[in-house]
Amino acid sequence: MKKMIISVILVAGIAAILQSQSTSTSSKARGKEVYARYCLTCHQADGGGVPRMNPPLTQTEYVNGNKQRLIGIVLNGMNIPLEINGDSYENPMASHAFLKDQQIADVLTYVRSSFGNKSTAITAEEVKAVRAKNK
Amino acid sequence: MKLTTLIFVFSATLGSCMAQQSDVSIKTPDGFTTTTVAANFGRVRHIAMNSNGDLYMKLERLSKGCGIVRLRDTNKDGVMDDTLSFGNYVGTGIAIKNGYLYASNNSSVFRYPLNNSKLGIDTAGVQRIVTGLWDKRQHNSKSIALDNAGNIYVNIGAPSNVCQEQDRQRKSKGRTPCPILDSAGGIWQFKVDKLNQSYADGIRYATGIRNCVGLDWNNEVNELFVTVHGRDELYQSYPEYYDQKSGAELPSETMYMVKKGDDCGWPYVHWDHLQNKKILNPEFGGDRVKTGADNAISPLVGFPGHLAPNALLIYSGNQFPAKYKNGAFIAFHGSWNRSPEPQEGFYVVFVPMKNGKPTGKWEVFANGFAGMETVVNLSAAKHRPCGLAQGADGSLYVSDDSKGYVWKISYKN
Repeated sequence: MKKMIISVILVAGIAAILQSQSTSTSSKARGKEVYARYCLTCHQADGGGVPRMNPPLTQTEYVNGNKQRLIGIVLNGMNIPLEINGDSYENPMASHAFLKDQQIADVLTYVRSSFGNKSTAITAEEVKAVRAKNK
Repeated sequence: MKLTTLIFVFSATLGSCMAQQSDVSIKTPDGFTTTTVAANFGRVRHIAMNSNGDLYMKLERLSKGCGIVRLRDTNKDGVMDDTLSFGNYVGTGIAIKNGYLYASNNSSVFRYPLNNSKLGIDTAGVQRIVTGLWDKRQHNSKSIALDNAGNIYVNIGAPSNVCQEQDRQRKSKGRTPCPILDSAGGIWQFKVDKLNQSYADGIRYATGIRNCVGLDWNNEVNELFVTVHGRDELYQSYPEYYDQKSGAELPSETMYMVKKGDDCGWPYVHWDHLQNKKILNPEFGGDRVKTGADNAISPLVGFPGHLAPNALLIYSGNQFPAKYKNGAFIAFHGSWNRSPEPQEGFYVVFVPMKNGKPTGKWEVFANGFAGMETVVNLSAAKHRPCGLAQGADGSLYVSDDSKGYVWKISYKN
């Protein structure tokens, strides 16, 4: 009986891990589509951005650092002096608060795990929390 | 702003002005040759040639605290071997007229007396002639040109895409009248020899110009010529009117002759070179068909969209074949917002002109700066043409603000 319980817990555990991985993978796949529609022109297909104008999404704390700040940039847009690796970026980013929590989570999960970035996923709950504080 | 002038005499760590091999192959028409005269100077925006052969470069990113670099070929062997750096500000504009070097940062214009001293310039004699111009980040570079009557023309780019209530926000409406036009979105005229002029001292010479990065005085007709960056995001904001391809092709990048008081129509209209019309922008009720701004002038040339004409030079030299005289060279920086379509530009174009009017179709004059056939991601382009200058001998110089190269294009009979 004990063995059986352990087995059940094990199977459930593995299933949960697999599911979370698959959630993250599909979130990234969905995020790529959101990126193509709303982000790609300014930040480019490789996340490299546009010198002087639109910042790169690679090798920057803005992407790989604090999740709340990153979610806030998508929700509120950004129009403050921004310097990354010695270059300044001047174009404003519009608010993308019209995107759903899940879409923002997906696109940020995609950005944080693409273009050489290796940061953790972002969930719809995390987006929801920042959006609630925002109001 | 407290102005200090820094002079550095240093080893060649900043950039290199030894004989250079270019890392790209520049293609030009038969009879022209291209040599690399500078490399690795960083963000080299506009450039100017003095009559003694000195090359001045304006930097967008300080190098060892300096934003202007002068290169000189001391022994006249064709290699720039002497470097002088000064000016503790970043910026784009630089020009030479009647014994002065003029240079801008993103809100001011300075000038320095040129002379026959060992340095060639009196950097301590700097004067600030224009100050307090809008620097609201977007489109803040101040390009300059000078006429023959003691005036300097300064571009004040609009800190906006198309004067929406909320800049670059989808479906945000355009503002009528656009309040930005009082202080930006045009060309302002100032005196070359009066200190600390600002808006109250200058004249709004031409308006309705979103962001003109290239401008030059055409001495053949004694008028100002400008190249203008058109608006962004037609397809991204209005997919009901523009698909991916037409949003990459439109609106036109443009070249105008502007006279005092002219209006080029921004933000209400954009030029459409496929229809040859001033088309009302969707933010102001347009649908890709409706025209608008009847008061606005039309451009001399409409180029494909988003190529980014960053420098304009009306050729007055005698070295190149006769067809080039009084025509326009335009350095296209290369697009980014043709995405997801491939990028375009990264070349120098020639427009044949006589009496200030085009006499034929524009053609690509110098190409290959990007170092690849097709640029998909902007970051892959090796070089981006940004500035143009004409040497006393009639050679054409092209600068690059990606890796800080300068090329010299000459014609050999």
